Amino acid sequence: MSRWISILWLAFLFSIPLWMIDLYVLHILINTGIFVIAAMSLNLLLGYTGQLSLGHVAFFGIGAYVSALVSLGFDLELTDTYTFVFDAKPVWIAFLSGIIAAGLFGWLIGRVAFKVRGAYFVIVTISFAEVVRLVSLNWIDLTEGPMALNNIQPFTLGIPNLWEMTLYQKIPNYYLVLVVAIVCYILIRRLVHSRIGRAMIGLRENEPLATSVGVNVTHYLVIATVISAAMAGAAGGLYTHYFRIIDPDIFLFIYTVTMVIMVVSGGKGTLAGPIVGGIIFGLLPEILREFAAPEMQWIIYGIAMILIVFFLPDGIVPALKNWWKNHRSKRTDSAEMDAGT
Amino acid sequence: MAEFLQHILNAIVLGGTYALLGIGLTLIFGIMKVVNFTHGELYSFGAYMIFMFSAMLGLNFFLAIILSMVLGVLLGGIIEFALLRPLRGANIDTTMLVMIGAWIVMQNLEQLSWGGVAKSINHPFPLDPLVIGEVSVSWIRVFVFFFAVILIIGSYYLINNTKLGKSMRATFQDRDIAALMGVNINRVYTATFALGSGLAATAGALLGPVFVVTPTMGDMAALKAFAIVILGGLGSIAGATIGGFILALAEEMGAGYISSGYRDAMGFILIILVLIFRPTGLFALKERYG
Repeated sequence: MSRWISILWLAFLFSIPLWMIDLYVLHILINTGIFVIAAMSLNLLLGYTGQLSLGHVAFFGIGAYVSALVSLGFDLELTDTYTFVFDAKPVWIAFLSGIIAAGLFGWLIGRVAFKVRGAYFVIVTISFAEVVRLVSLNWIDLTEGPMALNNIQPFTLGIPNLWEMTLYQKIPNYYLVLVVAIVCYILIRRLVHSRIGRAMIGLRENEPLATSVGVNVTHYLVIATVISAAMAGAAGGLYTHYFRIIDPDIFLFIYTVTMVIMVVSGGKGTLAGPIVGGIIFGLLPEILREFAAPEMQWIIYGIAMILIVFFLPDGIVPALKNWWKNHRSKRTDSAEMDAGT
Repeated sequence: MAEFLQHILNAIVLGGTYALLGIGLTLIFGIMKVVNFTHGELYSFGAYMIFMFSAMLGLNFFLAIILSMVLGVLLGGIIEFALLRPLRGANIDTTMLVMIGAWIVMQNLEQLSWGGVAKSINHPFPLDPLVIGEVSVSWIRVFVFFFAVILIIGSYYLINNTKLGKSMRATFQDRDIAALMGVNINRVYTATFALGSGLAATAGALLGPVFVVTPTMGDMAALKAFAIVILGGLGSIAGATIGGFILALAEEMGAGYISSGYRDAMGFILIILVLIFRPTGLFALKERYG
């Protein structure tokens, strides 16, 4: 049953470019897809280990910047006489370096930040994101600061010297984002159903108990952070090679908040939650744009967040599941009663 | 040497307002276990209120500060009553999400009602600085420093010498036992949040005339207040006071001797260093599981 639903979903998602002629809609879907990937990666930390990381945009931005810089090449004046020159590399190497760099920072932050929990952890992650933002703003030799890095190469696909294709168009980019999203989804699904995933959920539910039965807390939390950061880095890489321009505003706190709203509204700790939340809050700004100023949009976001916490604390997906379960059991109850009389 | 002394003086003057911000946040954090993301918005609310009363309506400057303070206390009380009271007993992440929502709403309301253009506020102090030997400081900053110090002393008095302060300290130590002993927890919570918010709004009203007023000024203020609370340790008022001065010193030194672009990064670098070398915080009383 659920297998058929997934196949139908996939068929639907893959068919969209075939009948959707409006390129602007495709653009919105690509953008939404990138943020869905970021939200899925945040869900791994927030939903499965229960750690609210409010610096997630740092990993997204690091992935984006590293990927952009590696594909563009850069030089650094280390001393007056020696300049480190880095030649431009193919985009797929840049994309992988972005993922690896984000993962490395995830490891570093995991080692430092998991000395503390709860509110302290939240503040450490925010601090990290702010430091990274200020570095990207001030290290002008490397990042061009507020002038932004532009003319970033788009993705290329194919076999070198035989057949190559540069992804300038929307449709191939849409498929690329979709494939990366599916890969991330499958990875997360396998992970949370594995030994590691069970350890993470154990930590979320009761850390002292999990520790007492031999779960190595820091070890598993760091694993979760590295994977989550690497995925956010992949989303950043997709972003940078699709939009082909990147500036320090990518690190703004509001993007982290967007990801958090996506995860929480959809349902943290569920596989489908960030996708549902991501689609809703990815498309909502486009719908609101017609009749609301940007400030009004944010106000609606904020109010939505408060209302969700008050009325749907578990998120949309668990709420729908419960509703469906009750609905079904009621129907079978009444069917039994009919049979009885 | 003169430059060094000047940095020290600037740090002391700025530290007073930072301490106000930190004390407000650490009270709310320590007593209510709420990570208050609206703290920075209360700060910018205070700054906009003094702009409205002093620059737009032309009221007396000092009266405008007092009015901003009172309105900050009121707004804090309303936020507590409307958003936090229904969530009593919810876990820390839940209240944090609600406070993030409230923060977004408040910041954008400010942007809508005041526009994005930076506002400056005139003050009645002479523009010639006060010169002491080789160093100098503007009169408005001297006033801001002494006003902040008076408020810090007032907060200490309130917490250590009044009945309300006693119930606040009791609630901090053990909420349930305090409730059993007849402390009205709801009243303590509302009072704490209102007091903390009032301190933030006052900090905004004091610094508004020193710098300029913008809708996003609260973001940095909130992050700095968080840094101060981490430096000082959970719920420690003395820690927040010292933390405020340490942060101001780090920023002044960082801006003076490293790079002014990284001025705002100093607080975060301090947090990360503290966590690496002394994870229990500089003055922490409890384990760091907020």
